[in-house]
Amino acid sequence: MPALIECRNLVKTYEMGDQVVHALNDVSLDIEAGEYVAIMGTSGSGKSTLMNLLGALDQPTSGQLRIAGEDVRALGPDAVSRFRNRTIGFVFQQFNLLPRTSALENAALPLIYSGLPHAERVKRSMARLEQVGLGERTDHHPAQLSGGQQQRVAIARGLVNDPKILLADEPTGALDTKTSKDIMAIFDQLNREGITVILVTHEQEVAEHARRQIVFRDGEIVEDRS
Amino acid sequence: MNALASLRVALTALRINALRSALAMLGVIIGVASVIVLVSISEGTKQAVEAQIASFGANLLIIRPGSSMFGGRRGGAGSADPMTDGDVEAIRTEIAGLAGVSGEVSAGTTLVFGGINWTSRIQGVNPDYFSARGWVIGEGRAFSGAEDVSGRRYVVVGQTIIQELFDGASPLGQSIRIGGQPFEVIGTLERKGETSWGQDQDDVVFAPLSTVRQRFGAGMRATVRDAVSTIYADIAPGESTSRVIEDIQDLLRIRREIQPGAEDDFAVGSLAEFIRARNETESQLGLLLAVGAGIVLLVGGIGIMNIMLVSVTERTREIGLRLAVGARRADVRNQFLIESIVLCVIGGLAGLVVGVGGTLIYAEVGQLDIVIDPVIVAIAIGASALVGVFFGLYPAHRASRLNPIDALRFE
Repeated sequence: MPALIECRNLVKTYEMGDQVVHALNDVSLDIEAGEYVAIMGTSGSGKSTLMNLLGALDQPTSGQLRIAGEDVRALGPDAVSRFRNRTIGFVFQQFNLLPRTSALENAALPLIYSGLPHAERVKRSMARLEQVGLGERTDHHPAQLSGGQQQRVAIARGLVNDPKILLADEPTGALDTKTSKDIMAIFDQLNREGITVILVTHEQEVAEHARRQIVFRDGEIVEDRS
Repeated sequence: MNALASLRVALTALRINALRSALAMLGVIIGVASVIVLVSISEGTKQAVEAQIASFGANLLIIRPGSSMFGGRRGGAGSADPMTDGDVEAIRTEIAGLAGVSGEVSAGTTLVFGGINWTSRIQGVNPDYFSARGWVIGEGRAFSGAEDVSGRRYVVVGQTIIQELFDGASPLGQSIRIGGQPFEVIGTLERKGETSWGQDQDDVVFAPLSTVRQRFGAGMRATVRDAVSTIYADIAPGESTSRVIEDIQDLLRIRREIQPGAEDDFAVGSLAEFIRARNETESQLGLLLAVGAGIVLLVGGIGIMNIMLVSVTERTREIGLRLAVGARRADVRNQFLIESIVLCVIGGLAGLVVGVGGTLIYAEVGQLDIVIDPVIVAIAIGASALVGVFFGLYPAHRASRLNPIDALRFE
C-alpha cells in the first residue's frame, strides 16, 4: 500500500524580480497514514513552502506529489478545492475564525462547501466542538473566547470534514505556555485516535510531541528522525 | 455551495456590518427614491394633460375666420368673413376621415326657473358637437338633426346649471325661460370640472344652432345670415390629423376664393396638438429628471463598489480561509456578488418605500396628480439589482482571484 503522502523530487522556485529563489530543492518524502510529524526549520528554510504544497494550497514547480492517492498536480482549480475540502483539515497560528460569528458556525464553515444540509452541518460541528471540549460554548463569538478556546474552535473546524490529514501551522505560536500544552494535548489525543497530524513549527518543545521530526534548511531536508 | 447558502452567508456578512451596509445603501436608496418620485410626478402631469385633452375633445380641430385684408391693411383676428352653415355642410360632406362636424354660435343670456335666475351663455350647436367636444349625456338625450333644422326650443344643460337653477334636482322635462322664451330641458351633461386655468366647464346650456340663431340673433351679420362663430371638426380615430387639416384648408381656400399664393384668411387649429406639444417639453423635462435620478443611482452604485472593495480587502483572510477549506473561486465570487446585489436590492426596496412615501406627500401637499406606475417600480428595483451586479462584479472577481496563501497571511 502506498504512503498517504508521497513527495518525489519536489522543487519549488519563486521569481523575485530577476532573482530565482529555490524554496524547495529536490525534496523526497513519504508520510504514512496515522503518523505524527513535525516539520521544523527556521524562517526561510522551506518548511512553510512544503506545508502549502502538502495542503494543496500551492503547486510544485516540478516533481511528483501524491496525497491520499491523488496526483495533486493533475487537479484543476475546482477539483483541488474539493480535494482540500475532503482530505485536509487546516489549523493556523492566528486561528482565522470569522469575527462576530458563533463557534458553531465557524466550525461548520468547511461543510458549507461540501454541500451538506444545515441540520447535518450543525450535528457534525457540534460533535467536533464537544470533542475539543467546547460543547458548552457553541454560540459564543470569537471575541468572547480566550486564545486557547479560539484555537479549539479552529481545530474543530479542521476536523469537521473527517479529513485524512490535519495540517497545523504553528498552532501554538499565538498562545501562552500553559494553553499551548492544552492544545498540544488535543493534537496528541487526535493522533492516538488515528488521525495523521502534521505540525509545522520552529519550537522544539512543540515538535517533541510528534513521533517524527523533519528538519529543513535552505530548502532541503537536513534531518529526518523518528 | 448553492444559492440559498450563498444568500445566507451574504446576509450574515451584511448584518455584521449593519451600519456600514446601511450607509452604502444610502446612494441606492436616494437614487431609487428619486427615480420613483420624479417619474411618478412626470407621469401624473402627462395623464392630467391627456385628461384635459380628452375633456376638450381628443382629436378636435377648431376652424375660425382669420384676419381680413383690404389693400394691405390687415383687420386683425376674426375680422375676415365668418364661417357659415354652408362651410359646415361642405366640410361634413367633402372631407374624409371626420367623425363629426358642428358649427357654434352663442349669446349671453339670463336663465330663469321659478323664482331663480342665473346668467350664463346659451350655445347653439349641431348634434355632432357633443361627441366632438367629449361631452357625455347624463340623463335624457341630445337633440337630433331634425330638431336642429326645425329650430325646436330644447336645451341640454351642464351640472352647474342644474346646481344653480334646480338645486341639484333632475331638470328633465322642466321648462326654463331663456331670454324670456320657454325652453324644455331634454338632457343633462356629465360633469367635466374646471379647466387647468380654472374655468368652469359645466356652466353651459346647449340648444340647436338654428334655434339660438333665430331666437337670439347670435352670429347674424347684415351680410351673412347663416354665420357660425366657430366650426368644430372631430377627426375619426386613426386618421391623420395633418392630412385632414390640409384637406380642410384646401376646401376652404376654394370656398373663400383665396388666390394661390395669397395668405389664408382663416385658421384650422388643433388644441390637442398644442397641448401635446407643450406636454412634449414637459415629458422631455421628465426624461431629464429621470436621467438625473439615474445618475444618482449610478453614484450610489459607485458607493456600493467602493464599500465592496473595502469589504474584500478587509476580509482578505476570510477569503483565504474559505478558499483553504474548500470554497471554489466561483463560490467566493458569488458570495461577494450576492452581497452586492442584496445590498442594492434592499437599498432599492427602502428607496421604493421612501419614493412612494415622498410621492404621496408631494401629491397631498401640492394637490397634484401623481401616477405610481408598477412598471416603473419594477424597473427601479430591477435597476438597483443591476447596479448591484454591475458594481459588485469587479470587487467579487477580485476576491475570487486572491491567492489563498497570501490571503491567509494578510495583515
